[in-house]
Amino acid sequence: MEQPKRRWWLAGLAISVLVVVVLAPLASSDPDGLERVGEDTGFLDRAAGPLFEILPDYSIQGLADPTVSTIASGLIGVALVFLLMVGLGRLLRRRRPPRA
Amino acid sequence: MIASIATGGQRAADGFTLHAPDGLVSVPVAIGMWLVTGVILALAVRHTNRTLDDRAIPLMGVMAAFIFAAQMVNFPIFGGTSGHLLGGVLAAVLLGPWAATLVMACVVTVQALLFQDGGLLVLGANIFNMGAVGTLGGYAIYRALCRLFGGEQKARIPAAGVAAWCAVMLGAAAISAQLLASGATEPFVVLPAMLGVHALIGIGEAAITMAALGFIAATRSDLFQLRDLGGRDAAPA
Repeated sequence: MEQPKRRWWLAGLAISVLVVVVLAPLASSDPDGLERVGEDTGFLDRAAGPLFEILPDYSIQGLADPTVSTIASGLIGVALVFLLMVGLGRLLRRRRPPRA
Repeated sequence: MIASIATGGQRAADGFTLHAPDGLVSVPVAIGMWLVTGVILALAVRHTNRTLDDRAIPLMGVMAAFIFAAQMVNFPIFGGTSGHLLGGVLAAVLLGPWAATLVMACVVTVQALLFQDGGLLVLGANIFNMGAVGTLGGYAIYRALCRLFGGEQKARIPAAGVAAWCAVMLGAAAISAQLLASGATEPFVVLPAMLGVHALIGIGEAAITMAALGFIAATRSDLFQLRDLGGRDAAPA
């Protein structure tokens, strides 16, 4: 059977969804390396706020539950980057020379 | 979506602000990095256009999805500091340096535009530091290590681990250099701090990279061939 072998990318997407649903809500809320050093040494004071906000800090404004908000915005991101990359790949792929 | 007023410096304390915001790096440095990244992206498009096989396209999508998801998961390091995956070496081992560069650029751009994770003026620098440094520099280290230790088949996973750690260190050095060029800090202040923290974060990067490649090796090792289906691309200099 050829068909099931091709479905590996669905498994890859499922793993990505699982990471968002199971692991992202458990993520450490401590500052990351750059922020920590920026706080400690002072250069983080230079930070400017964003010009606009759509899903700021991986949250959907108006969704009260932070876990649901994180998961939902994460799933939007996973779907979007997947579709963007597949679309870009199709645009850029090498055209195979026509076979006689 | 309801837009709210940006709250400036307070945002830095939030858990999901991960990438460099605007303002850290000076405007000339940010523009300079946009130029560098622009050239790299143009090269990436050209090479991908020549060598990307149809069958590798779904893997580009999956890598973007996985790296986006994994970057949301900050892991604790020590003393109230966390780190997260970059994923450039992982993507390059599977897709080759140029397609992987496009994947990283896509992820970091969506994070900036949609999630306000990382600034827009500094986006060129962020794509370079977190993407191209790994997909080009880290990948070059990976190839060299594979050559040194008996070929890719044998050395793939440990070589990727070491290269992933190096990529995090190089990325940390790159943003430090940009901060120094911006006059934001002093070399003896920023370099030991950035490299020290990222030496530990890099261990997480190496562990996730090796685990992901180990999982693929155990389940679908044929995916490792997708990278070279369209003809092997010259490794970046």
